[in-house]
Amino acid sequence: MSEVLLQTKNLKKYFSTPRGLLYAVDGVNFSLQKGKTLGVVGESGCGKSTLGRLVLRLLEATSGEIFYNGDDILKYSNEQMNKMRLRMQIIFQDPYASLNPRLTVSDIIAEPLKVCKTVVGKEAINNKVSELMDTVGLADRFVNSYPHELDGGRRQRIGIARALALGPEFIVCDEPVSALDVSIQAQVLNLLMDLQEERGLTYMFITHNLSVVKHISDDIMVMYLGQCVEFCPADELFENTLHPYTQGLLAAIPIANLEVARHSKFFVLKGEVASPINPKPGCRFATRCIYANAECTNADVPLREISPGHFVACTRYK
Amino acid sequence: MEKALLEIKNLNVVYDTDDARVFAVNGINLVLHEGETLGLVGETGAGKTTTALSILKLLPNGVGKIVSGEIKLSGRDIVAATEEEMQGIRGNLVSMIFQDPMTSLNPVVPVGEQIGEVLELHHKCATTRELESKIDNILSMVGLQAERKNDYPHQFSGGMKQRIVIAIALACEPKLLLADEPTTALDVTIQAQVLELMRNMKEKLKTAMLLITHDLGVVAQICDTVAIMYAGEIIEYGTVEQIFEASKHHPYTIGLFGSIPDLTKKTKRLTPINGLMPDPTALPSGCSFHVRCPYCMEICKTENPAFFESGEHFLRCHLFSNKNEGKDQNE
Amino acid sequence: MELNNGINMSAVKIKKRSQFANAWRQFKKNKMGMIGLIVFTVLVLLAVLCPMFISYDNDVIMQHNQIRLQAPSVMHIFGTDQYGRDVLSRIIWGARISLFVGVFTVSLALAVGGTIGALAGYFGGKWDNILMRIMDVFLAMPGTILAVAIVGALGPGLFNILLAMAMCRIPQFARIVRSSVLSIRGLEYIEAAKACGTKTPRILWRHVIPNAIGPIVVQCTLHMATTILGVAGLSFIGLGIQPPIPEWGSMLSEAKEQMRYSSYLMVFPGIAIMISVLSLNLIGDGLRDALDPRLKN
Repeated sequence: MSEVLLQTKNLKKYFSTPRGLLYAVDGVNFSLQKGKTLGVVGESGCGKSTLGRLVLRLLEATSGEIFYNGDDILKYSNEQMNKMRLRMQIIFQDPYASLNPRLTVSDIIAEPLKVCKTVVGKEAINNKVSELMDTVGLADRFVNSYPHELDGGRRQRIGIARALALGPEFIVCDEPVSALDVSIQAQVLNLLMDLQEERGLTYMFITHNLSVVKHISDDIMVMYLGQCVEFCPADELFENTLHPYTQGLLAAIPIANLEVARHSKFFVLKGEVASPINPKPGCRFATRCIYANAECTNADVPLREISPGHFVACTRYK
Repeated sequence: MEKALLEIKNLNVVYDTDDARVFAVNGINLVLHEGETLGLVGETGAGKTTTALSILKLLPNGVGKIVSGEIKLSGRDIVAATEEEMQGIRGNLVSMIFQDPMTSLNPVVPVGEQIGEVLELHHKCATTRELESKIDNILSMVGLQAERKNDYPHQFSGGMKQRIVIAIALACEPKLLLADEPTTALDVTIQAQVLELMRNMKEKLKTAMLLITHDLGVVAQICDTVAIMYAGEIIEYGTVEQIFEASKHHPYTIGLFGSIPDLTKKTKRLTPINGLMPDPTALPSGCSFHVRCPYCMEICKTENPAFFESGEHFLRCHLFSNKNEGKDQNE
Repeated sequence: MELNNGINMSAVKIKKRSQFANAWRQFKKNKMGMIGLIVFTVLVLLAVLCPMFISYDNDVIMQHNQIRLQAPSVMHIFGTDQYGRDVLSRIIWGARISLFVGVFTVSLALAVGGTIGALAGYFGGKWDNILMRIMDVFLAMPGTILAVAIVGALGPGLFNILLAMAMCRIPQFARIVRSSVLSIRGLEYIEAAKACGTKTPRILWRHVIPNAIGPIVVQCTLHMATTILGVAGLSFIGLGIQPPIPEWGSMLSEAKEQMRYSSYLMVFPGIAIMISVLSLNLIGDGLRDALDPRLKN
């Protein structure tokens, strides 16, 4: 049983907007073990990207605690946090906006090394950059290329090389393959999985694509309007789906299989996502849920462990 | 034998940019019948959007050119049609919806007016009252409240915006709808809603649809026939049953299926296709896929294969030529 | 070995194609822009090299009353003015003055205004408000009036003119840079820089500013043009560069008294102003087209 690397307690992030308080992340608890992958799934506006940034303190949490190796990093000073950053990194979604268009591939990958001074000296830096490019499968000839000269898949590899430059143990992957073509997605996913195996990396894998998340995750957390509605091991999510939102999500995925497409119950979730600004008490999914009743809207529904390792926030399960 | 609604024969489209000539579409053949949904599948750069734009002659002025080939709509020649004739066809006989609902609508015009615009353009309503009532009908048909017709696009969510776009496209009850990745930018639950809407509209109005997508799951849900494109060519073509269930496939198709993580199976590693789609300004000799193909033979490097037929299932691959009938892909 | 289309790519050298090189390629295709660039380059060369063939004291300043007001001839291609000075020499020297003023003013405005805009855009909030409201105060005053007021208060003279010209332009540069920075600061590569603990000065210097200067480049050329016009205007009304320094505006001013019989004296400074301003505008337009991201395939 590996140790817990990352754990959050009642993590919250609220943004003040002209129309009111936006509950982006509202009381999220999870723990992630070393060497494992936590898949965070949800649609736009559920707060998963915000959560990823909170955990790295790229955004400051409104309240709550984040324990990394047992220490609450929210209490760290800037200096302590900067030392921490060597161990936790992020890969972004957009292969076009995540790279500085004015820097060459080599500059981009070397930048963390120069900032943190982990490798010093022109030659040493060049060697390290070469090594990193080789690790992610980027040919040497791209060393002096600019991002706009390369395709999405290669650009994403640059992003991965940059994230690996400081030798982190924990990486937040914020939709790293969503913007890529299907066959390139598969190449990059394989790369991420190989890296995890070789280096014992821990991932927080954020995505809206359920098929991808099942493939790569050990545990999955489903988010809706800033809250976790279901948390369980990856296999269980698909075999024993409990929360109505998760069921709707799964049913909505078009499967590339004719039998399934023809004969499965096509259960379409009605309605739209409610507003995250000043939400009403009670379950946030109630407005779209076919099982909703008074109990759901009266008071907040807590996350309960229904079976070992399987948590759901739903009044149907006690 | 139904008369074909859309017939494309040997279409070649290029883009003449400052740097080089981009061979976007290289000799494709397509047939679409009334009420049929054809899925045009492929990755970025395969030429799918170019094909759709060519049908409506919406290629970028001066840069995009139909070099040769035939496009016929209900027997009517499109390639030689004048701009005026095309304006009578666009929105009326053939409509198109695009990928990004955020930028498809004019932000300063109320949505009801945008729907009304296309109706007025094609003289579908005699009086203003008729126009207003038709707009109300169309809005409720796509699942929106008629009272919202004076709202502006920014007051709607992404999924609703796409419904409005569909409403505008179907207002004049066109015979053919070209849909360019209409659900790619939407959340998966909203995608399901929009796909269901499109299926209902298709049944109700008997519209034929050319659906461009890279998502094989969407194809399984909604398409009758499928054409798979690679580097500007159609390399496999058949009914949806043949594409998903037949035993023979083009190696690229096998690669596409292998790249998708399957929810029903537990696989350790995905089996993607190595390499990238070729540069459309410098296509390889012979079969354009030969460089990445695990079954590449000598002949593939020099000769572009013709379409080989197996029932109504067409495969552009030397593996299936009459000479190679004996060869098994599983070896 | 990586294969692309069956060709061994490691043998092929990739040309370094920075965005600058791309922009230059695009610019070269714009005929009018190239004409503007060539003309402006000639002006710059003249301005820089003229001390080699024109003596300031003899040709430009010294009065030769015996040859005053001579029409253009082989000896004096542009003729002589009311003090017998060769007009051609004065025009060429005037290029030196105008270009110096233009470059210096724009550089100063860019340095000060750009910094203010970058800080306001990057930090936002209170600082953004304070800085931009100060800028708004300056923007509220018409440029020419502001310049006249400053020169009037400080007295004419080269440095005061430069200051006056720069003051009107600082707020405009601040606005443009601020708007550029606003669109950049939320981009993911800035977040990536923060994720490895990059300090703010480095983020600004290495990531934000290089990407924000695109729109500025076009504005710089256009502002140089308006500066040349502005200085000419100030000199025309006597508040600018003082005679005997051969500034085109003051030459125009002096020429209006000789308009009746020696009208050529007005033509040449006027044409000089027109050519410089026009060439700069053509360069500016060409640059704007070259840098337009929509034109990239």
